[in-house]
Amino acid sequence: MADQYSLAELVITAASEAWRHDGEVLATGIGVVPRLAAGLAKLSCNPHLMMTDGEYQLVEEPVPLGDRGDYVVRPEGWMPYERTFSLLWSGRRHAMVGPVQTDRFGQTNISSIGPHAKPKAALLGARGFPGNTVHHPNSMFVPTHNTRSFVAGEVDFVAGAGYNPARWPQGRKPIGLDLRLVVTDLAVLDFGGPDHQMRVVSLHPGIRLAQVQENTGFPLAQADTLATTPAPTQEQLYLIRTRLDPHGVRRTVFKGDPPGTRQAA
Amino acid sequence: MSAEQAVARLHNGMVIGIGGWATRRKPMALVRAIIRAGLRDLTIVAYGGPDVGMLIAAGAVRKLVFGFVSLDHVPLDPYFRAARQAGTLEVLEIDEGLLHWGLRAAAMRLPFLPARTGLATDVVRQGFRTVTSPYDDGEEFLAMPALKLDAAILHVHRADQAGNALVLSPDPFFDELMARAADKVFLSTEKLVATAALDLPAQARFNPFERALVTGVVETPFGAHPTGATPDYGIDLDHVRAYAGGGDAAQWSEYRARYVDLPDHAAYIAAAGGAGRIGTLPAPVY
Repeated sequence: MADQYSLAELVITAASEAWRHDGEVLATGIGVVPRLAAGLAKLSCNPHLMMTDGEYQLVEEPVPLGDRGDYVVRPEGWMPYERTFSLLWSGRRHAMVGPVQTDRFGQTNISSIGPHAKPKAALLGARGFPGNTVHHPNSMFVPTHNTRSFVAGEVDFVAGAGYNPARWPQGRKPIGLDLRLVVTDLAVLDFGGPDHQMRVVSLHPGIRLAQVQENTGFPLAQADTLATTPAPTQEQLYLIRTRLDPHGVRRTVFKGDPPGTRQAA
Repeated sequence: MSAEQAVARLHNGMVIGIGGWATRRKPMALVRAIIRAGLRDLTIVAYGGPDVGMLIAAGAVRKLVFGFVSLDHVPLDPYFRAARQAGTLEVLEIDEGLLHWGLRAAAMRLPFLPARTGLATDVVRQGFRTVTSPYDDGEEFLAMPALKLDAAILHVHRADQAGNALVLSPDPFFDELMARAADKVFLSTEKLVATAALDLPAQARFNPFERALVTGVVETPFGAHPTGATPDYGIDLDHVRAYAGGGDAAQWSEYRARYVDLPDHAAYIAAAGGAGRIGTLPAPVY
C-alpha cells in the first residue's frame, strides 16, 4: 500500500483535520493545499462548514480547482468583502494561510523580508493577517520547512499576531487569538507545548524528529506522544483526485511531486 | 466631462482613493489620465493592483496607504516591488479590514474608530495610537484614524450625468466608503445613460451611493481595462502578465509609450486589441 499517495495528498489530508471540530464556521483556505484541505474537510469530517467560491459567493459544496469545465457552481449565499470582514470580526471563521516566515510565537509574515523601510524582498503586504489572527482561529501550511520559514527571533514584519505577551495590549491575549495546526512538508505541528510553544504532533512517513528540529530556527516542545501522519484513506484520495482537484494542480505544490513516504535518511 | 477635465480638478500632493480591488474594476482610464497630467507627490489609498503600480512607476506617488498590492493571478506588481525594495516609497501598511475601517471613520466624520485589528503586530508600530474602552471591560484598542480623501476615483458600469450610478459586478468592494470619505468623487462609467435607463427599482441594489457625492462623470467604455469589470468583461490576463514582466525604467517607458501616452481613449482601446477583443474577455476563475 505504501507510496500510493503523494506528499501533496498526505498534507492535504492532514490539513483537512484542522476544521474537524469547528462546527458551522467559514472555512477559508488560501493557496492550493489549504483550499483543497478545506474542501476535503467539508466533504468528509465536517459537512457543516461554510465555504466560498474564492470570490463572492457562499457555495453548497467546494468548487473544484482550476478550469471548471462542465462543473456548475452551487451558490447558497452572497459573501462580498464587506460581509467577509463582518463575519471574520465575529470570530466565525477558521482560515488556513501560507506565511513566508513564522516564529516561535506563531507570529507570521507575508509583508516583506528585511527592514520594512527598504525590504530585501517586498511581498504582498500584510493583507488580512493582522485582523484574522486576533479575531478567529488560524492554521498554516508551509511547503518548505526550514530555518528561513521557521525563523530564530521574531519574523521580519509581524503581520499575523501570535503568542507573544510582550506585544499584547495590556499583556492580555487578544480575544480571538487561536493558532491551530501547522502542516509542513515534514510534519504536523501545533502550539500545544508549555506557554503555547510549538511542538510536533506527527511526523510524515520517513521523517525523523531530529530532521524537523534541525530545520526549525527555535526549540520545539517535547510532544507527549509522537505519531506518524496518517495516510489518506481511499475515500479521501477519491475526493481529492476526482471531486476537488480533477486537473491535478496539487502536483505542482512540491518539486517533482514526491510520494507521501520518503526514504528514511 | 472628459478624463482630462476630471484630472484637471486634482492637484499635486492630494490624498486620492482609488476604488476596486486588485485587478477588479479599477478606474484605469482615469489613472492613465493622472499619469499623463504628470501629477506628483500623491498619497494613494487603495486595495492595490496595477493602478498603484503604474502610478508608482510614473513617479506620481509619495506615500501609499495599503493592505496589499496584487495582480491576483500574478501575485506581485513589479513596480510596487521595485519601489519598496529601493526604499523610495513611503508606506503605511495596514490590514485590509483596517483600511475599510479608516474609510468608514472618514465617511462618518469621526476622528477614529476602535479596532482590535493591528494590535500585537507591527502594524500598530507605525505611529498608531490606542484607546481604552471607557466601559467596565477596560479593553485597549487600536484607534484607526479616519482616512480622509481629497478625492476618490471609481469605476462604475452605468451612470447618468447627475452621478446616479450602478455597480453591477458581484462585489461592490469599498467604493461607497471611498466616495463618502472624499471631498470630490469622479466616476468613470462603462456607459453614460439617461436616468430612466438605470432601470430602477429593478436594479436598486446595485446603486452604490447618492449623486450628491459625485463631482463628475466620465464615459469610458472599457475604462477598467486591463482590470476586469464583470459582468461586462473580465480581466485581460495576457495584458496583465505582459505588464507584470516589467519592473525597470526602460520597461515602464515602453509600456507607457504604448498604452498611456495616447491621444485619446479610443486610441487606448485600439492599442489594447479593440473593443471586440476586450468585450469578450471572460470572467476570471479564482
